[in-house]
Amino acid sequence: MYTMGIDVGSASSKVVILENGVNVVAAEVIQVGTGSSGPQRALEKAFEVSGLKMEDMTKIVATGYGRFALKEADKQVSEISCHAKGIFFLVPEARTIIDIGGQDAKAIRLDNKGFVKQFFMNDKCAAGTGRFLDVMARVLEITLDDMAEYDSRATEIASISSTCTVFAESEVISQLSKGVSKENIIAGVHQSVASKACGLAYRGGLEDAVVMTGGVAKNAGVVRAISRELNREVIVAPNPQTTGALGAALFAYEEAKR
Amino acid sequence: MFETTGKKAKELLAYYQAKLDEEAREAKKNGKLVCWSASVAPSEFCVTMDIAMVYPETHAAGIGARKGALDLLEVADRKGYSLDCCSYGRVNMGYMELLKEEAITGKTPETLANSPAARVPLPDLVITCNNICNTLLKWYENLAVELDIPCIVIDVPFNHTMPIPEYAKEYIADQFRNAIAQLEVICGKPFDYKKFKEVREQTQRSVAQWNRIAALSHYKPSPLNCFDLFNYMALIVCARSRDYAEITFRRFADEIEENLKNGVYAFKGAEKTRITWEGIAVWPYLGHTFKSLKGLGSIMTGSAYPGLWNLSYDANDESLHGMAEAYTRIYINTCLENKVNVLLDIVNGGQCDGVAYHLNRSCKLMSFLNVETAEIIKEKTGKPYVSFDGDQTDPRNFAPAQFDTRVQALAEMMEQQIAGEAE
Repeated sequence: MYTMGIDVGSASSKVVILENGVNVVAAEVIQVGTGSSGPQRALEKAFEVSGLKMEDMTKIVATGYGRFALKEADKQVSEISCHAKGIFFLVPEARTIIDIGGQDAKAIRLDNKGFVKQFFMNDKCAAGTGRFLDVMARVLEITLDDMAEYDSRATEIASISSTCTVFAESEVISQLSKGVSKENIIAGVHQSVASKACGLAYRGGLEDAVVMTGGVAKNAGVVRAISRELNREVIVAPNPQTTGALGAALFAYEEAKR
Repeated sequence: MFETTGKKAKELLAYYQAKLDEEAREAKKNGKLVCWSASVAPSEFCVTMDIAMVYPETHAAGIGARKGALDLLEVADRKGYSLDCCSYGRVNMGYMELLKEEAITGKTPETLANSPAARVPLPDLVITCNNICNTLLKWYENLAVELDIPCIVIDVPFNHTMPIPEYAKEYIADQFRNAIAQLEVICGKPFDYKKFKEVREQTQRSVAQWNRIAALSHYKPSPLNCFDLFNYMALIVCARSRDYAEITFRRFADEIEENLKNGVYAFKGAEKTRITWEGIAVWPYLGHTFKSLKGLGSIMTGSAYPGLWNLSYDANDESLHGMAEAYTRIYINTCLENKVNVLLDIVNGGQCDGVAYHLNRSCKLMSFLNVETAEIIKEKTGKPYVSFDGDQTDPRNFAPAQFDTRVQALAEMMEQQIAGEAE
């Protein structure tokens, strides 16, 4: 039996196809999200990789901001529950999840059975999210993928505000004009994202193991900064962009078994 | 003459709301006094003096719900009111500016002509009370200065400890007596103490019917979705000292009791989870928030906001200490410990499975204690909660998709807990 999870986020579309609730046969990401061609392209890619068709899917669960726009879905589940489900499947010892996506930063506390005990999300503010990093990368004239590399060469952490993306952007420009190296500024940007996310994680009562997921988890600089801020090991979820879609596919499997 | 017999509560609500505005317009036309009043300022004094009343907070909420807030907010923005100020206040300041411009120029400004706002007249006096926030002081002082009219202030101290001490009640009763003296000067006639007692008795009859409705959400499944209280509260604010509120609430309570008797529930058979909504409604998105929760099978069976008008007191108490206590024990005018106790009663009374906290950019007093309150309530009840960003009337401070994600996650957490799956 095949089930599908599709996570239509603000910045990317992710599809996971699962066989019998255990084997991942496709986990695809297209870097554009809701309202774009992303969801369709992600579906097509997943079918191409797996050699399967829409008709082969017993159940489909959608999650993410675009979850209600997907007509193929049998059910919609919030990304909070889906990330919890996906992460617990991959890392059963996980009790705290830090998920940073395009426009959300959240900390989710799990109970021993993998259910959501509590979660905290960013307020109506872009600071500490993937968008924040997008803005900073543009100002610094580097790509998002290069940020971790720059961070690893930093000799100091520049001070960058975590209150507001616009304030932080001005600070980055001001630091650049003072001649502070891009490496140190980027370490500061990562520290700023980390302090926002860790604030949320502390509110939920931090418990090991801490697992990081979402697109930003691919940035080793942010992971290092979070680990430093929390003073503990942070596990990066395998294929972090697709854990929400994986959780959705697992929910679809449970639904199919009912 | 409108015949109330046989009318549904909903019809009575619409009729009396329109009638109150009409009475204010008529009063203005006939040279009688019109007062703009804060929502939980005592209504008893002005009603005794036969002054027509307008309630800017309710008026602003109505404008918000009719999607007309933005135009008026922009008028206030241009006058220099910061976006950080309460949006009820800003909508009202914008509305007042347009009425004032109309009065001075004789021409109706386009924004006013196109506004879905219920038409109300400019005030001849204002009355305010700081028992729900201190913004109301500056807001009403500004109205009074802009229009050069008297401002009656009823100062109510914050209750840092409970129970409320006698000296606080005596101080507030003095404020009441002072307001009466001011009104005698403004109206040019002596205060009618016999009528004052009747008005207090009427207020108590209205409040009793209001509380009767609220208690009906305690049944499981619930015959009442507390979103209805957000609509009906217009009359507990604007007409609690008149029989309009009593008549309407009695009819509504009768209708719900009848439904209950016949096994007709608010969500029919679709009630899956029950929530407490802490905070003011998001008026510009009232329909969205209602439908979003309904789609999840989450019914609101608890809300402390309509309970602000649980102003029960002994109408026979001539010392006015009981009335003073009623107007000062409003839960947001009390310490954290009492706030938590009030909310706990709401959560337990409504047999709620979780709580949604509105982090309202307009109402700092209702929002800033949310973090602490939420953690204590969670500890005491074990029920999950979420917090969402919003605003009572500024549509720019609310994102529907963010709200939907949070309440859906709350519904999932509640369902897991009910199913006994989660710890």
